[in-house]
Amino acid sequence: MTVEELTTLLRDHEFLTGLDETDATQLASCVRSAHFAEGEFLMREGERSSYFYLIRTGRVALESNVPGKGVLQMESIGPGDVVGLSWPLPPYRVHIDARAVVPTETLAFDATRLREVMEGDHDLGYALMTRLYEKALRRLERVRLQRLDVYTAS
Amino acid sequence: MTELSSIDSASRDPWVPRPTRILRRKQETSDTFTLWLGVGEGGAPFAPGQFNMLYVFGVGEAAISISGDPDVAAPLVHTIRAVGTVTGRMQELKRGATIGVRGPYGNGWPIAEAKGKDVLIVGGGLGIAPLRPVIYFVLRHRSLFGRVTLLFGARSPSALVFRSELEVWRRRTDITTQVIVDHAARDWTGPVGVVPALIDSVPIDASKTIAMVCGPELMMRFTARSLLRRGLSAGDVFVSLERNMKCALGFCGHCQYRETFLCRDGPVVRLDRVESIFDRREV
Repeated sequence: MTVEELTTLLRDHEFLTGLDETDATQLASCVRSAHFAEGEFLMREGERSSYFYLIRTGRVALESNVPGKGVLQMESIGPGDVVGLSWPLPPYRVHIDARAVVPTETLAFDATRLREVMEGDHDLGYALMTRLYEKALRRLERVRLQRLDVYTAS
Repeated sequence: MTELSSIDSASRDPWVPRPTRILRRKQETSDTFTLWLGVGEGGAPFAPGQFNMLYVFGVGEAAISISGDPDVAAPLVHTIRAVGTVTGRMQELKRGATIGVRGPYGNGWPIAEAKGKDVLIVGGGLGIAPLRPVIYFVLRHRSLFGRVTLLFGARSPSALVFRSELEVWRRRTDITTQVIVDHAARDWTGPVGVVPALIDSVPIDASKTIAMVCGPELMMRFTARSLLRRGLSAGDVFVSLERNMKCALGFCGHCQYRETFLCRDGPVVRLDRVESIFDRREV
Protein backbone atom coordinates (compact mmCIF):
# COMPACT_ATOMS: atom_id res chain seq x y z
CA MET A 1 0.00 0.00 0.00
CA THR A 2 1.39 3.43 -0.92
CA VAL A 3 1.91 6.29 1.51
CA GLU A 4 -0.87 8.18 -0.26
CA GLU A 5 -3.30 5.30 0.22
CA LEU A 6 -2.34 4.96 3.87
CA THR A 7 -2.74 8.69 4.36
CA THR A 8 -6.24 8.51 2.93
CA LEU A 9 -7.17 5.57 5.14
CA LEU A 10 -5.82 7.36 8.20
CA ARG A 11 -7.77 10.51 7.47
CA ASP A 12 -10.92 8.48 6.90
CA HIS A 13 -10.68 6.75 10.26
CA GLU A 14 -12.92 8.10 13.02
CA PHE A 15 -10.01 8.27 15.47
CA LEU A 16 -8.19 10.77 13.28
CA THR A 17 -11.15 12.86 12.15
CA GLY A 18 -10.05 16.41 11.43
CA LEU A 19 -6.35 15.58 11.11
CA ASP A 20 -4.65 17.69 8.43
CA GLU A 21 -2.83 16.14 5.49
CA THR A 22 0.68 17.00 6.73
CA ASP A 23 0.08 15.22 10.03
CA ALA A 24 -1.56 12.29 8.28
CA THR A 25 1.41 11.95 5.94
CA GLN A 26 3.75 12.00 8.90
CA LEU A 27 1.74 9.26 10.60
CA ALA A 28 1.64 7.23 7.41
CA SER A 29 5.39 6.74 7.77
CA CYS A 30 4.86 4.54 10.80
CA VAL A 31 1.70 2.64 9.92
CA ARG A 32 0.84 -0.36 7.78
CA SER A 33 -2.36 -2.14 6.88
CA ALA A 34 -2.84 -5.37 8.84
CA HIS A 35 -5.43 -8.10 8.41
CA PHE A 36 -6.39 -10.54 11.15
CA ALA A 37 -8.25 -13.75 10.48
CA GLU A 38 -11.04 -14.91 12.77
CA GLY A 39 -9.50 -16.09 16.04
CA GLU A 40 -6.13 -14.46 15.44
CA PHE A 41 -4.65 -12.35 18.23
CA LEU A 42 -3.74 -8.72 17.73
CA MET A 43 -1.92 -8.73 21.04
CA ARG A 44 -1.50 -10.93 24.10
CA GLU A 45 -1.46 -9.97 27.75
CA GLY A 46 2.07 -9.54 29.13
CA GLU A 47 3.86 -9.11 25.82
CA ARG A 48 5.58 -5.91 24.80
CA SER A 49 3.15 -3.29 23.51
CA SER A 50 4.67 -2.95 20.07
CA TYR A 51 1.62 -1.91 18.06
CA PHE A 52 -1.29 0.45 18.22
CA TYR A 53 -4.23 -0.49 16.01
CA LEU A 54 -7.05 1.47 14.44
CA ILE A 55 -9.91 -0.89 13.58
CA ARG A 56 -11.29 -0.33 10.09
CA THR A 57 -13.64 -3.30 9.81
CA GLY A 58 -14.51 -6.36 11.87
CA ARG A 59 -14.65 -6.85 15.62
CA VAL A 60 -12.04 -7.45 18.29
CA ALA A 61 -12.71 -9.07 21.67
CA LEU A 62 -10.77 -7.90 24.70
CA GLU A 63 -10.36 -10.99 26.83
CA SER A 64 -8.86 -12.24 30.03
CA ASN A 65 -8.25 -15.74 31.20
CA VAL A 66 -9.94 -16.10 34.59
CA PRO A 67 -8.67 -19.13 36.51
CA GLY A 68 -11.53 -21.50 37.12
CA LYS A 69 -13.82 -19.71 34.66
CA GLY A 70 -11.85 -19.85 31.45
CA VAL A 71 -11.53 -17.05 28.94
CA LEU A 72 -14.03 -14.22 29.44
CA GLN A 73 -14.76 -11.49 26.94
CA MET A 74 -14.62 -8.19 28.80
CA GLU A 75 -15.69 -6.10 25.84
CA SER A 76 -15.68 -6.18 22.07
CA ILE A 77 -14.87 -3.20 19.93
CA GLY A 78 -15.41 -2.45 16.29
CA PRO A 79 -14.80 -0.03 13.43
CA GLY A 80 -13.72 3.43 14.56
CA ASP A 81 -12.26 2.15 17.79
CA VAL A 82 -8.66 1.51 18.73
CA VAL A 83 -6.76 -1.43 20.21
CA GLY A 84 -3.88 -0.69 22.57
CA LEU A 85 -3.79 1.90 25.33
CA SER A 86 -0.53 0.94 27.01
CA TRP A 87 1.92 1.67 24.21
CA PRO A 88 2.56 5.35 25.12
CA LEU A 89 3.79 4.62 28.65
CA PRO A 90 6.57 2.53 30.14
CA PRO A 91 6.89 -0.35 30.71
CA TYR A 92 5.03 -0.77 27.37
CA ARG A 93 3.29 -3.99 28.37
CA VAL A 94 -0.04 -5.27 27.04
CA HIS A 95 -2.71 -5.62 29.76
CA ILE A 96 -5.31 -7.72 27.99
CA ASP A 97 -5.67 -10.18 25.13
CA ALA A 98 -7.14 -8.78 21.92
CA ARG A 99 -8.54 -11.36 19.50
CA ALA A 100 -10.29 -10.90 16.18
CA VAL A 101 -13.80 -12.32 16.53
CA VAL A 102 -14.40 -11.99 12.81
CA PRO A 103 -11.99 -11.14 9.98
CA THR A 104 -10.68 -7.72 10.90
CA GLU A 105 -8.89 -5.00 8.97
CA THR A 106 -6.71 -2.57 10.88
CA LEU A 107 -4.14 0.12 10.52
CA ALA A 108 -1.19 -0.96 12.67
CA PHE A 109 1.18 1.66 14.03
CA ASP A 110 4.71 0.74 15.02
CA ALA A 111 4.49 1.99 18.61
CA THR A 112 8.18 2.87 18.98
CA ARG A 113 8.18 4.86 15.76
CA LEU A 114 4.89 6.54 16.68
CA ARG A 115 6.30 7.64 20.03
CA GLU A 116 9.29 9.14 18.20
CA VAL A 117 7.00 11.03 15.83
CA MET A 118 4.95 12.36 18.74
CA GLU A 119 8.09 13.33 20.63
CA GLY A 120 9.36 15.18 17.58
CA ASP A 121 6.11 17.05 16.98
CA HIS A 122 4.41 17.91 20.24
CA ASP A 123 1.39 19.46 18.55
CA LEU A 124 0.70 16.22 16.74
CA GLY A 125 1.52 14.31 19.91
CA TYR A 126 -0.99 16.38 21.86
CA ALA A 127 -3.66 15.87 19.19
CA LEU A 128 -3.16 12.11 19.31
CA MET A 129 -3.05 11.93 23.10
CA THR A 130 -6.28 13.95 23.33
CA ARG A 131 -8.00 11.49 21.02
CA LEU A 132 -6.53 8.56 22.89
CA TYR A 133 -7.70 10.06 26.17
CA GLU A 134 -11.24 10.35 24.81
CA LYS A 135 -11.19 6.69 23.80
CA ALA A 136 -9.89 5.75 27.26
CA LEU A 137 -12.55 7.90 28.94
CA ARG A 138 -15.36 6.28 26.93
CA ARG A 139 -13.99 2.86 27.73
CA LEU A 140 -13.78 3.80 31.43
CA GLU A 141 -17.44 4.92 31.34
CA ARG A 142 -18.44 1.61 29.80
CA VAL A 143 -16.43 -0.38 32.32
CA ARG A 144 -18.04 1.57 35.17
CA LEU A 145 -21.50 0.75 33.87
CA GLN A 146 -20.51 -2.87 33.35
CA ARG A 147 -19.10 -3.09 36.86
CA LEU A 148 -22.34 -1.75 38.33
CA ASP A 149 -24.02 -4.85 36.93
CA VAL A 150 -27.26 -2.92 36.46
CA TYR A 151 -29.36 -5.81 35.21
CA THR A 152 -29.26 -7.70 38.48
CA ALA A 153 -31.55 -5.12 40.05
CA SER A 154 -33.80 -4.35 37.09
CA MET B 1 -64.23 -20.79 35.97
CA THR B 2 -66.00 -18.54 33.47
CA GLU B 3 -63.62 -16.51 31.41
CA LEU B 4 -64.23 -12.81 31.23
CA SER B 5 -66.47 -11.86 28.35
CA SER B 6 -64.43 -8.73 27.88
CA ILE B 7 -62.07 -6.92 30.10
CA ASP B 8 -63.93 -3.68 29.39
CA SER B 9 -67.29 -5.09 30.29
CA ALA B 10 -66.05 -6.22 33.66
CA SER B 11 -66.27 -3.99 36.65
CA ARG B 12 -65.27 -0.49 35.69
CA ASP B 13 -64.21 0.31 39.20
CA PRO B 14 -60.53 1.02 38.61
CA TRP B 15 -59.65 -0.23 42.07
CA VAL B 16 -61.05 -3.68 41.51
CA PRO B 17 -58.91 -6.29 39.77
CA ARG B 18 -60.72 -8.44 37.25
CA PRO B 19 -60.08 -12.15 37.45
CA THR B 20 -58.50 -13.55 34.30
CA ARG B 21 -57.22 -16.97 33.46
CA ILE B 22 -53.65 -17.81 32.47
CA LEU B 23 -54.00 -19.34 29.01
CA ARG B 24 -50.36 -19.97 28.37
CA ARG B 25 -47.07 -19.59 30.14
CA LYS B 26 -43.51 -19.53 28.86
CA GLN B 27 -40.30 -19.50 30.86
CA GLU B 28 -38.06 -16.98 29.05
CA THR B 29 -34.99 -17.26 31.29
CA SER B 30 -34.34 -18.71 34.74
CA ASP B 31 -36.22 -15.87 36.45
CA THR B 32 -38.31 -14.33 33.67
CA PHE B 33 -41.56 -15.66 32.24
CA THR B 34 -44.37 -14.59 29.93
CA LEU B 35 -48.06 -15.01 30.66
CA TRP B 36 -50.91 -14.96 28.13
CA LEU B 37 -54.10 -13.92 29.89
CA GLY B 38 -57.60 -14.62 28.66
CA VAL B 39 -59.49 -11.37 28.38
CA GLY B 40 -62.41 -12.41 26.26
CA GLU B 41 -63.44 -11.52 22.74
CA GLY B 42 -63.42 -7.77 23.31
CA GLY B 43 -59.79 -7.99 24.27
CA ALA B 44 -57.90 -5.51 26.34
CA PRO B 45 -56.83 -2.58 24.13
CA PHE B 46 -53.73 -0.79 25.22
CA ALA B 47 -51.11 1.63 23.96
CA PRO B 48 -47.50 0.47 23.68
CA GLY B 49 -45.72 1.31 26.91
CA GLN B 50 -48.73 1.05 29.17
CA PHE B 51 -48.87 -1.27 32.17
CA ASN B 52 -51.39 -3.23 34.17
CA MET B 53 -51.57 -3.98 37.86
CA LEU B 54 -51.45 -7.76 38.17
CA TYR B 55 -52.83 -9.23 41.35
CA VAL B 56 -51.90 -12.56 42.86
CA PHE B 57 -54.90 -13.16 45.06
CA GLY B 58 -54.02 -13.22 48.70
CA VAL B 59 -50.49 -12.01 48.06
CA GLY B 60 -50.56 -8.59 46.43
CA GLU B 61 -50.25 -6.48 43.30
CA ALA B 62 -47.40 -5.51 41.03
CA ALA B 63 -47.20 -3.09 38.12
CA ILE B 64 -46.23 -5.02 35.00
CA SER B 65 -45.74 -3.61 31.51
CA ILE B 66 -47.71 -5.10 28.65
CA SER B 67 -45.36 -6.89 26.26
CA GLY B 68 -47.80 -8.05 23.58
CA ASP B 69 -48.87 -6.76 20.20
CA PRO B 70 -51.13 -3.68 20.45
CA ASP B 71 -52.87 -4.68 17.22
CA VAL B 72 -53.90 -8.01 18.73
CA ALA B 73 -56.51 -7.27 21.38
CA ALA B 74 -56.43 -10.68 23.02
CA PRO B 75 -54.93 -12.41 24.80
CA LEU B 76 -53.18 -9.94 27.05
CA VAL B 77 -49.44 -10.60 27.25
CA HIS B 78 -47.13 -9.76 30.13
CA THR B 79 -43.47 -10.62 30.60
CA ILE B 80 -42.46 -10.68 34.22
CA ARG B 81 -39.28 -11.05 36.19
CA ALA B 82 -39.56 -12.79 39.55
CA VAL B 83 -37.83 -10.34 41.86
CA GLY B 84 -40.14 -9.97 44.85
CA THR B 85 -42.89 -11.66 46.81
CA VAL B 86 -45.69 -10.96 44.34
CA THR B 87 -43.78 -11.73 41.16
CA GLY B 88 -42.15 -14.71 42.86
CA ARG B 89 -45.57 -16.18 43.56
CA MET B 90 -46.70 -15.20 40.07
CA GLN B 91 -43.93 -17.35 38.68
CA GLU B 92 -45.40 -20.36 40.44
CA LEU B 93 -48.81 -19.97 38.80
CA LYS B 94 -49.60 -22.57 36.16
CA ARG B 95 -51.73 -22.50 33.05
CA GLY B 96 -55.38 -22.31 34.06
CA ALA B 97 -54.70 -20.38 37.27
CA THR B 98 -56.49 -17.11 37.93
CA ILE B 99 -54.82 -13.76 38.25
CA GLY B 100 -56.31 -10.30 38.83
CA VAL B 101 -55.85 -7.53 36.28
CA ARG B 102 -56.66 -3.84 36.43
CA GLY B 103 -55.57 -1.32 33.88
CA PRO B 104 -54.16 -0.41 31.47
CA TYR B 105 -52.48 2.60 33.04
CA GLY B 106 -49.95 5.19 32.04
CA ASN B 107 -49.30 7.19 28.92
CA GLY B 108 -47.29 4.94 26.62
CA TRP B 109 -44.61 5.64 24.02
CA PRO B 110 -44.89 8.62 21.62
CA ILE B 111 -45.96 6.61 18.58
CA ALA B 112 -47.77 9.48 16.87
CA GLU B 113 -44.79 11.74 17.33
CA ALA B 114 -42.49 9.10 15.85
CA LYS B 115 -44.36 8.82 12.58
CA GLY B 116 -42.24 10.01 9.67
CA LYS B 117 -39.08 9.88 11.75
CA ASP B 118 -36.26 7.45 12.31
CA VAL B 119 -36.98 5.35 15.38
CA LEU B 120 -34.22 4.25 17.71
CA ILE B 121 -35.38 1.71 20.29
CA VAL B 122 -32.95 0.97 23.12
CA GLY B 123 -33.70 -1.72 25.68
CA GLY B 124 -31.74 -3.15 28.55
CA GLY B 125 -32.61 -6.33 30.42
CA LEU B 126 -36.34 -6.69 30.88
CA GLY B 127 -36.69 -3.13 29.58
CA ILE B 128 -37.27 -4.79 26.22
CA ALA B 129 -40.70 -5.97 27.44
CA PRO B 130 -42.49 -2.58 27.37
CA LEU B 131 -40.67 -1.79 24.12
CA ARG B 132 -41.80 -4.94 22.35
CA PRO B 133 -45.29 -3.52 21.60
CA VAL B 134 -43.57 -0.57 19.88
CA ILE B 135 -41.48 -2.95 17.80
CA TYR B 136 -44.60 -4.90 16.81
CA PHE B 137 -46.41 -1.71 15.93
CA VAL B 138 -43.56 -0.17 13.94
CA LEU B 139 -42.97 -3.36 11.96
CA ARG B 140 -46.68 -3.80 11.28
CA HIS B 141 -46.96 -0.20 10.08
CA ARG B 142 -43.45 -0.02 8.67
CA SER B 143 -44.12 2.53 5.92
CA LEU B 144 -45.06 5.16 8.50
CA PHE B 145 -41.53 5.33 9.87
CA GLY B 146 -38.03 6.04 8.61
CA ARG B 147 -35.02 3.99 9.61
CA VAL B 148 -35.75 1.70 12.55
CA THR B 149 -33.00 0.52 14.86
CA LEU B 150 -33.25 -1.78 17.86
CA LEU B 151 -30.37 -1.93 20.32
CA PHE B 152 -30.72 -4.41 23.14
CA GLY B 153 -28.44 -5.26 26.01
CA ALA B 154 -28.51 -7.97 28.64
CA ARG B 155 -26.27 -9.24 31.38
CA SER B 156 -25.21 -12.40 29.57
CA PRO B 157 -26.36 -14.57 26.65
CA SER B 158 -28.41 -16.74 29.04
CA ALA B 159 -30.28 -13.66 30.28
CA LEU B 160 -31.60 -12.68 26.84
CA VAL B 161 -35.39 -12.70 26.65
CA PHE B 162 -37.36 -13.02 23.39
CA ARG B 163 -34.37 -14.77 21.79
CA SER B 164 -36.26 -16.28 18.87
CA GLU B 165 -37.92 -12.97 18.03
CA LEU B 166 -34.62 -11.13 18.28
CA GLU B 167 -33.23 -13.58 15.75
CA VAL B 168 -36.19 -12.97 13.43
CA TRP B 169 -35.79 -9.20 13.73
CA ARG B 170 -32.04 -9.50 13.19
CA ARG B 171 -32.67 -11.19 9.85
CA ARG B 172 -35.13 -8.58 8.63
CA THR B 173 -33.79 -5.87 6.37
CA ASP B 174 -36.27 -3.20 7.44
CA ILE B 175 -34.97 -3.01 11.01
CA THR B 176 -31.39 -2.96 12.26
CA THR B 177 -31.11 -5.14 15.34
CA GLN B 178 -28.02 -5.31 17.51
CA VAL B 179 -27.71 -7.30 20.70
CA ILE B 180 -24.92 -6.83 23.22
CA VAL B 181 -24.19 -8.61 26.49
CA ASP B 182 -22.24 -7.32 29.47
CA HIS B 183 -20.19 -10.47 29.86
CA ALA B 184 -19.73 -13.56 27.77
CA ALA B 185 -17.62 -16.62 27.36
CA ARG B 186 -15.61 -17.09 24.24
CA ASP B 187 -18.35 -18.93 22.35
CA TRP B 188 -20.50 -15.78 22.13
CA THR B 189 -19.77 -14.19 18.76
CA GLY B 190 -21.88 -11.06 19.15
CA PRO B 191 -20.80 -7.77 20.68
CA VAL B 192 -19.76 -7.67 24.34
CA GLY B 193 -20.12 -4.56 26.45
CA VAL B 194 -22.81 -2.14 27.49
CA VAL B 195 -25.71 -0.72 25.48
CA PRO B 196 -24.25 2.81 25.12
CA ALA B 197 -21.39 1.23 23.16
CA LEU B 198 -23.90 0.23 20.49
CA ILE B 199 -25.17 3.77 20.20
CA ASP B 200 -21.74 4.84 19.02
CA SER B 201 -21.74 2.13 16.37
CA VAL B 202 -24.97 2.76 14.47
CA PRO B 203 -25.82 5.51 11.99
CA ILE B 204 -28.03 8.17 13.55
CA ASP B 205 -29.48 11.22 11.84
CA ALA B 206 -30.03 13.34 14.92
CA SER B 207 -32.23 15.80 13.04
CA LYS B 208 -34.99 13.25 12.48
CA THR B 209 -34.57 10.58 15.13
CA ILE B 210 -36.78 9.82 18.07
CA ALA B 211 -35.34 7.51 20.73
CA MET B 212 -37.30 5.30 23.12
CA VAL B 213 -35.27 3.89 25.97
CA CYS B 214 -36.20 1.43 28.68
CA GLY B 215 -34.09 -0.50 31.14
CA PRO B 216 -32.51 -0.11 34.55
CA GLU B 217 -32.38 3.60 35.38
CA LEU B 218 -28.61 3.68 35.44
CA MET B 219 -28.44 2.13 32.01
CA MET B 220 -30.91 4.77 30.78
CA ARG B 221 -28.79 7.58 32.23
CA PHE B 222 -25.67 6.36 30.45
CA THR B 223 -27.68 5.74 27.29
CA ALA B 224 -29.20 9.22 27.39
CA ARG B 225 -25.73 10.69 27.74
CA SER B 226 -24.57 8.79 24.66
CA LEU B 227 -27.63 9.86 22.67
CA LEU B 228 -27.09 13.51 23.51
CA ARG B 229 -23.45 13.11 22.52
CA ARG B 230 -24.65 11.79 19.15
CA GLY B 231 -26.56 15.02 18.67
CA LEU B 232 -30.10 14.15 19.72
CA SER B 233 -31.90 16.79 21.72
CA ALA B 234 -33.39 15.85 25.08
CA GLY B 235 -36.81 16.55 23.57
CA ASP B 236 -36.37 13.63 21.19
CA VAL B 237 -35.41 11.09 23.84
CA PHE B 238 -38.09 9.26 25.82
CA VAL B 239 -37.41 7.06 28.83
CA SER B 240 -39.72 4.77 30.76
CA LEU B 241 -39.24 5.30 34.46
CA GLU B 242 -40.13 2.88 37.20
CA ARG B 243 -41.08 3.66 40.75
CA ASN B 244 -43.15 1.84 43.31
CA MET B 245 -46.60 1.86 41.68
CA LYS B 246 -49.33 1.21 44.23
CA CYS B 247 -52.69 2.74 43.31
CA ALA B 248 -51.76 3.32 39.63
CA LEU B 249 -54.36 6.10 39.57
CA GLY B 250 -52.32 9.09 40.65
CA PHE B 251 -53.61 9.24 44.19
CA CYS B 252 -51.24 7.58 46.59
CA GLY B 253 -47.96 9.23 45.58
CA HIS B 254 -45.80 6.15 45.92
CA CYS B 255 -44.55 6.56 42.36
CA GLN B 256 -43.99 10.29 42.60
CA TYR B 257 -40.93 11.57 40.73
CA ARG B 258 -40.78 15.14 42.01
CA GLU B 259 -43.95 16.70 40.47
CA THR B 260 -44.66 13.72 38.21
CA PHE B 261 -46.88 10.83 39.19
CA LEU B 262 -45.31 8.16 37.05
CA CYS B 263 -48.34 5.90 37.11
CA ARG B 264 -50.53 8.62 35.62
CA ASP B 265 -48.17 11.06 33.83
CA GLY B 266 -45.63 8.36 32.96
CA PRO B 267 -44.14 5.87 32.92
CA VAL B 268 -42.86 7.27 29.62
CA VAL B 269 -41.29 10.66 30.15
CA ARG B 270 -39.55 12.98 27.73
CA LEU B 271 -35.96 13.40 28.79
CA ASP B 272 -35.98 17.21 28.80
CA ARG B 273 -38.71 17.09 31.45
CA VAL B 274 -36.56 15.12 33.87
CA GLU B 275 -33.05 15.83 32.61
CA SER B 276 -32.22 18.18 35.48
CA ILE B 277 -33.10 15.58 38.09
CA PHE B 278 -32.32 12.40 36.22
CA ASP B 279 -29.04 11.81 37.97
CA ARG B 280 -29.89 13.41 41.32
CA ARG B 281 -29.68 10.97 44.18
CA GLU B 282 -32.14 13.06 46.21
CA VAL B 283 -35.05 12.43 43.82
